[in-house]
This record gives sequence, C-alpha cells and structure tokens, in this order.
Amino acid sequence: MAETAASMSASRPDSRGQPRKSLGGIWLEFLGSMNLAITLLVVVSIASVIGTVLPQNETFNTYLIQFGPFWFEVFRVLNLYDVYSASWFLFILGFLILSTGICVSRHIPSVWREITRYRTRVREQSLLALRQHRHWDSAHSTGELQDVAEAAFQAHGYRTRTEARGDIVVVAGMKGAATRIGYVLTHVAVVVIAIGALVDGNLYLKFQEFTGNLQIETRDLRVSQVPAESWVAAESGAFRGNVTIPEGASSEVSFLQMRDGYLVQELPFTIEVEQFRIDYFPNGAPRSYESDLVIHDPTLDEPIRETIGVNYPLTHRGHTIYQASFTDGGSSLYLTGHLLDGSGQVMELDARVFETYDLQLGGLERELRIDGFELLNINRDTRSVERTGGSSEFINSGPSYTFTLRDEAGQAREYRNYMAPVEIEDRWYFLHGMRTGAEEPFRYLHIPADHNYSMDTFLAFHQALHRPEAVASASRRAADGLLGQMGVPGSELGDRVAGTAHGMIDTLLTRGFGGVSAELDERAAGASRPGMIREFSEAVLQRTLYEVYRDVLADQQGVMPASIQTDSRQRAFFEEAMNAVSAAAEYGAPLIFQLNHFEHRQATGLQITRAPGKSIVYTGSALLTIGVFLLFYVSQRRVWALVKPGQTGGGELLMGGANQRRPEQFEEEFEQLADAVDQHLNPADDPAREN
Amino acid sequence: MVASRDEMIRSMRRPSLLQRLTPGDWFWAALVVVATAVTCTVLWDAMNRYEVVITLFTAGAMIGMGWHWHGGRLYMGLVCAVSLFAISRYPDLAAADSDFFLRYLLSSQSAIMWMSALFPAATLAYGAALFTGNDFTARVASRLTWIAAGAGLVGLLVRWHETHLFEGGIGYIPVSNLYEVFVLFAVITALLYLYYEGAYRTRQLGFFVLLIISASIGFLLWYHFDRQAYQIEPLVPALNSYWMKIHVPTNFIAYGAFALAAMLGVAYLIRDRVSDDSVWAQRLPTLKQIDDISYRSIALGFAFFTVATILGALWAAEAWGAYWSWDPKESWSLIVWLNYAGWLHLRYTKGLRGRFMAWWAIIGLLVTTFCFLGVNMFLSGLHSYGEL
Repeated sequence: MAETAASMSASRPDSRGQPRKSLGGIWLEFLGSMNLAITLLVVVSIASVIGTVLPQNETFNTYLIQFGPFWFEVFRVLNLYDVYSASWFLFILGFLILSTGICVSRHIPSVWREITRYRTRVREQSLLALRQHRHWDSAHSTGELQDVAEAAFQAHGYRTRTEARGDIVVVAGMKGAATRIGYVLTHVAVVVIAIGALVDGNLYLKFQEFTGNLQIETRDLRVSQVPAESWVAAESGAFRGNVTIPEGASSEVSFLQMRDGYLVQELPFTIEVEQFRIDYFPNGAPRSYESDLVIHDPTLDEPIRETIGVNYPLTHRGHTIYQASFTDGGSSLYLTGHLLDGSGQVMELDARVFETYDLQLGGLERELRIDGFELLNINRDTRSVERTGGSSEFINSGPSYTFTLRDEAGQAREYRNYMAPVEIEDRWYFLHGMRTGAEEPFRYLHIPADHNYSMDTFLAFHQALHRPEAVASASRRAADGLLGQMGVPGSELGDRVAGTAHGMIDTLLTRGFGGVSAELDERAAGASRPGMIREFSEAVLQRTLYEVYRDVLADQQGVMPASIQTDSRQRAFFEEAMNAVSAAAEYGAPLIFQLNHFEHRQATGLQITRAPGKSIVYTGSALLTIGVFLLFYVSQRRVWALVKPGQTGGGELLMGGANQRRPEQFEEEFEQLADAVDQHLNPADDPAREN
Repeated sequence: MVASRDEMIRSMRRPSLLQRLTPGDWFWAALVVVATAVTCTVLWDAMNRYEVVITLFTAGAMIGMGWHWHGGRLYMGLVCAVSLFAISRYPDLAAADSDFFLRYLLSSQSAIMWMSALFPAATLAYGAALFTGNDFTARVASRLTWIAAGAGLVGLLVRWHETHLFEGGIGYIPVSNLYEVFVLFAVITALLYLYYEGAYRTRQLGFFVLLIISASIGFLLWYHFDRQAYQIEPLVPALNSYWMKIHVPTNFIAYGAFALAAMLGVAYLIRDRVSDDSVWAQRLPTLKQIDDISYRSIALGFAFFTVATILGALWAAEAWGAYWSWDPKESWSLIVWLNYAGWLHLRYTKGLRGRFMAWWAIIGLLVTTFCFLGVNMFLSGLHSYGEL
C-alpha cells in the first residue's frame, strides 16, 4: 500500500524517533507483519497439500498397511491422517487470524486518513512535480478561477474541499476512495471467514475427547448398545454426520465418522423415511434420487413432510438434511437352493439382504450372508437394436444379488447371481458368478436354460450324473454302441469300458474336463498307443453323458430313452450342459440358488449437518467478493487546483492530479479535466495561456 | 463572463455513459434484449427461477461487454447467429451425418475439430509474425484466433443442443467433464488474449499465449482419440444444478487469465533478455506494457477465482452437505488462491515488478494446472467428475 510519496506514507505509529518501543508494541508489530503471515501461509499450504496427497480419515489399519509400523506412528503423532483438524494446523490458522486482524487494525488509521483527508496542504512545487499538471495565467480573478476549478472537479465526479492560506487558495478533489474500503473489507473478510470456520470446526468434539468425556466407538453395534461415552448430545455444536434409513423406518441419530470409529450424534427430532425413489437414465445410471421424509419434532404442531433430492436439502432447526446416497434397505429374497450333491434336495429360504443364515446341507455346514441386491443391470448392447427393432441400445439384464458363503474352516467365497436368464449369442443362460477375493473379477458359471427358460433340465442332468444306476445303464448303452460301431462285440469288454466311464464321470464332477484330461494322460502314458486310448476314452465319456442326457429328456417327456431323437437345439443344450458340469466343479458351493421372488426395499443415505458458523462464513464471503472488486477496479484519484493572484492582475491557476494505480489511464482523464477548464477560461479570446 | 456555478458544472460535465453510446451500441443492446426476451419466452418452462436470473445476468454482461469491447460484439453476434443456424438444421441426432453444414462445419464435433486445427495454425502465424515482423501475418493470425474461438464456442453451444436431442432428457450445459471444459478453457483464454490485444494494440504477444492454448488443444485431441471423451453421457445427479452454469465458467475465466499471465511472464523474461537495440526489442512490447497486462490479467483472474471458489462452496453446501470439506480440489483451490494473493500482495505492498514476479506467474500456472488437472488425475475426492 505504500507506493509513492503522494500516497499514504507507511505510517507506523512508533517510528517517529521514540527512543524505545514497548514490548507490547514489538509483539504487535511482529504479529501484524507480512513476513509472519507469509511464513504461516506457506506452512498452511504445505499442510494442505499433505492433506490432499495422503488420503484423510481412513482407518488406522489402512495406514498401517500402507506405511509400515514406523512411519505410521510418525504420521500419527503429527496427526497427518486428519491434518485439517490437527491441533497444530488449527493453531496456525488461529495465528493467521490474529495476524490478519492485527495487520488490518494497525492499518485502519491510515486508511481512514486516506479516505477522509483531502490534502489541501499541498505546495506549488509538489504540484509542479506531478506528471499531470497544467498552468494558466488568466485575466479572471482568483475567485472566478476558484469557481471554475471547483465546478470542473465536481463535474467530473470529484468531491472537493477548499482551503485558503493567505492569498493562496487550494481546491483539493478526490474520488475513488472506495478502493481503500476494498482493502479493509478483504482483510476483515478473511478474519470473519476464519472465525466462522472455527465455529464450524470440531473444536468442541476435540475438547470433549481431550478431557475424556467422549470416546470413539469402534465396534459394529446396534445404536441402543453404544455406550454413553460415545454419544454426543443434540445441538451441542457443529457436526457432519451420516445415517442410512430403510424405507418405512426412522432415526433420531446420525453417526459421526471419527478416525477409525464413530460417535453417535443425537438429533432433536426424528427423521422418518416414507419412500425412496430413483429415476434412471436410459443407460441405467441414476438421474436423480429422492426421499419422502417426515420430521417428527415435539416442538412442532404437525410433522413436516418434505421430499428431498440431490441438490435439494431440507433445513430444520439449524440442521440440514441432504440426500447423499442410497443402498439396499433389507430387501426380501425368496430363494430356492438346489443341492449339487446328487441328492436332488431342495431347500427354500426366505432371506433378507444384510442378514446371515446358518445352513445345514446334508452333513455340511455353511454360513450364508446376503450382501446386496441390485434391481437393474443395464448394459450397452448394440445388437439389441437389430434384434428387437427398438431404438434403445441399452438392455436390462434384470435383478442380481450377491452373497457370501463361508465354510466350517472359515474360508469365504463371494457369489453373484442374476435372477433371470441372460441372452448370449442367441442362447439363454443363468449366470452364477463366483470369486474368492474382492480384488478379483467374478467368474461366471453359465447354466444353459432349457425350453422353459429354467434350470430344471440342467439340474436334473447334473443330478443324474451322481446316480450310480443311471450312470451305469447309460455307460453300458454307450459302450455297447461304441463297440458295436467299431465292430467289436462282447459284453465283457463292454463292462470294462462302462466302468471307465463311471470313473471319468466322477472325475468330471469333481475336477472338470481338465481333471479328466489329466487322468487320461496318466492312464495313456504307459500304453502302447496313447493317442488311441485317449480318443476312445473321450468318446466313451461323451457318449455316456449323451445317454444320460437322453435319459433325462425321456424322463421329462415320459417316454422310453430309446425313442428320444435330439434336434439341433437340444444338442446345443447338451454341449453347454457338459461345459457347465465341468465348470461347476470349481464353483465351490454345495448348492445353487435360484431367486423366485423378491420384495425390493431401499434405504436412503442421508447426510445431516449442523453448521452454526455458516452465516458468518457467507457474510465473510460476500465482504471478500465486494472488497476484491473494489480493490482492483476502483482507483483513488486526487486532483488539486492552486489559485493565487497573478503578477499582472487576474490570477494564476495551477492544476495537478495523480492516480498511483493507473497513471496512463489518468493522463487521458486529466486532459479532459484540463480541457474543460480551458474551455471556460479561454473561450477563444483570452490572452495566451501556457502549459 | 463566467456563468453561475451550476451552469458551469453542467457545461463541463463529461457526457454520461448513456450519452456516450453510439447508435451501434444502442442497436446491440436492443438486439440482446430482444434475444433474451425470446429465449425466456421459448424456454420459460425449462428454466427454474435461478436460471432466469442467470440468463438476465448474462444478457446484462453481454450488453456491457459489447459496449466496452467492439470486437467482442461482432464475435458474440456471429457466434449466436451461426449457432442458431446450426440448431435449426439439427432436429435429431441423425442430421449430424446427413446435413452438409452440420457434418462438415457446425455439428459440435466438427466445430471443435475446426477449432483444434485453427488454434495451432494461429500459433504458427503468430510465430511467423514475431519472427518476420510482418504485420499482415500478424493480422492473419489474429483473425485465425477469432475464428478458432468462434468455432469453439459454436461447438459448445451446438453440443448443448445435442445433449437435449438424446433420449431420456439428459440435456445439460456442456461444461461438465474434462473434455468440455478444455474447449471452454481454450475459448476463454483466446478471448481474454484478444481483448488485451485490442486494448494494448500489440499482436506480438500472441505467439506466447497461443502456445498454451495449443497445448490444451493437444491434450483435448489426445483425450478425444484415445479415450473417446467426446461422447455425451448423462450427468450424475450431483451435477444437475444451476450452480454448474455459474461456478464452472467463472472458474475458467480465472484459469484462462492465469494461463495468460504465465505466458506473458515468459514473454517478459524473453524481452528482458534481448538487448534493447535488437529487432526483438522493437517488436515485442515494452517490459512495462507486458508487466501491466500481466498484472491486469492476474487481478481479473484472482477476482473471478475468488467468486468461483465461493460459488463452489455454496454449491457444495447444497449438494455435499458442507461448504468446505478439505476435499483435494478445495484444498488446492485454496493453495492457488493463496499463491496469487501472495503475488498481488508483493506487487501492491512492496511494489515488486520484474523477473521475480514473471517467474512467480509462470510457477503459478503449474500450481493452477495441478489444481485443474492434477487433482482429477492423481488424487481422489468428491470432485471426481472430471476424472480421466
């Protein structure tokens, strides 16, 4: 702010030759100094950068894994995991507020002077030293000259003040002082914003934790079980909490995530969710989602009913409720489980999402947990336009659900099933996905759908392969057929061949075609003609499986197997069924689920915030905006007119002006002013004037 | 004789703003008012009250800009006329392939491709003008920049129309993802440059500024071809707000101004290096002029950046539940803000000019680029709309 001599001087209150500054004065100067402020700002910036690069507020475990025990501890002590709430960060911010406040308050006197003083005490030499000045020797009297000067200044928007000193009169004009106000506003705004931010910070919570009144809860408990030390009373301070409420349910708390745990924040009212709706784009992405809320507050006569959506929150009693997310709210899934052990047993299960069930499956125990349910699975499908003739290139594969099965040893696998069959290259399959870990992608078991679009035929086929008599008779027929084709009669050979088929089918069921192949390699290794043995064995297996399939079809149609002639569609089914049987060996679950029916229930994810300092911050922001524009786009201009009696009667007028900020632009303005004065003084018939 | 005081004041008063307006100014104002009235009538049902306010405010800004900057007036008028023409030929998406004008010139993809060709061409022309000192080449370069900026803005406006042509009502203002805002960045930086080019009557800084614009075009083209980023996807619910219409453009005025100032810093350093009697010293503006434009650009950028950050905070309060979450994007915005606040402080209080400030402006661009791009690319956070 100290640029030229004509502007305000860097007036420090204690630099006028006083012998010693008081200690308080030194402190004040230091605190209000620019250097301190810059240093602090650099530290704040670096800390902020750290906060962006190091993911904040994750669980301690994550950091421990990422950094190892030593650095984890170092960063933890420095509180880098929650850097913006770290005590030292807040301390520095507080210091900055102090520094800015002191700086502004120390400068306010000089700013005030600049705004109010007109500087009528200028001397002639000062005006002559200005770049913009002009001089007139005129026949007009000093009084007239003064009038003209004042009028000119006022006509150009300057506020004027006149002072007479002896026979010299000085008219001083000024405009654009608002820029100084801009300076004050911007800096005061910074302080105001910072105060608002502190009010909204979690200082209260930190203090309570520090004094031991509050303790973070880390266990996954029902709300009613959380101990009192982890509860925060309603309306006790600023907070940002989350809560997930299923449709039809209500909540009177929200949860504050803190480091590796949480606190329960009481609300002074109850939020009930009547309904939740999602509107989708054609490509399946959510367009908007909204919740119908009812706020039950004892202080209200009637509950408030309002619908909130993304970007449309609801504010009540200083609390603002936002639509943040959504999840499943415990949908009911009516499942049928088909055991794959050949018993053909079926179990019915009415499950709910997020619940865990213990399953007893014929000697095996499994823990089933339903993890999620998706109503829509929409993908781009360019072929759907050709096929259906529709205009949409998106296809909805229908609902899907995910679950986890954990065995007695504690090993878990995750599964994902689609409710309805999915069309892939003109054939329909039931997709059963499986993965052993969350980082892996799902691998899908494709179970072919039969002519009724169900899994029944496949399940019957799979079950038949477990029945020794079925396999025996089928393998016998296959062996006879094959040997007959080769022209080798004999039932003894046929028995042996049938026996190998049985073994291969067992291997197929437990280790898939890969296992069969490995076994055949072993068996063929020592033989004289390995290739032929392999080929023959594979033919036997194939034929046996085919015979089993014919049995299944015969069963379905209620006729004798011998009368079954398969068409191309059924043969295609057979191919896929074989593949599915092989793949099922790796499925890793003793049963396959089928979803018959569901009741979809959603839960809305709400964020609830209370920010009493918000209006302070907004006021500060408004001040900052106004201040910045005033500061940049208004410049303070001063003009002077010094009038004294001329040597030859009449008067002399010396006019000068300055604009520190935009001197080039001022040149034009000054010219206009001087020309206007010129017009009045010399309407083409006055004696010559000089520049 | 000297007249009475009041008569004198009246006679010396500068013509007021209204009196200084030319017929052309009045015509322009009338044109904008009529266009705004028609827009509001036609689209009344589609706008909420905030958007009506934004429209009126935009109209006022266009009138003001047109009065202050005559070159901008012609630009705005032509862009609007061409865009309306393009829209008139665009009843459905298929028209983009069948209609001649749309296919080769005016569909958003064509227009943006033209822009992507014209900006590098302008860069070369400005470079040639700088190296040869030829004034005609400089004028050609200037025209190319105008046309390129026009093509870019037409592209964005037509894209706005295109989003409304998709089924499912996904229409939105095309400033929602990294692809669209890069076009906006190029256009705004070019317009800011052209304004100062006119105000300071020098074309020799064009080469420097167009360099950064061409760099952004390079990124845009890579993003287009490698990631097919030009495809129109529906907005996520959080972006579906009138705030996007004001927060994003103000932010990009700031980014454009900061980029401009950084390239002027480069020009400053070069001008500082060449000896005063070399031919370069004649061609390039004086150090003081470069410094002046640099300052005005940073001041403009800082003012708009302040507004944009505050608007972002207001929007965040409505959409995310808190006006400040120390999200990486927000934190880096603060750092950018502090950086330029520091630059301005040193200039105002210590009167610093010269090489040091030029370097600071250049480094400021690196900080700004990290805030603009780096956060989206390397850091996660709530602001991941602009993800690569």
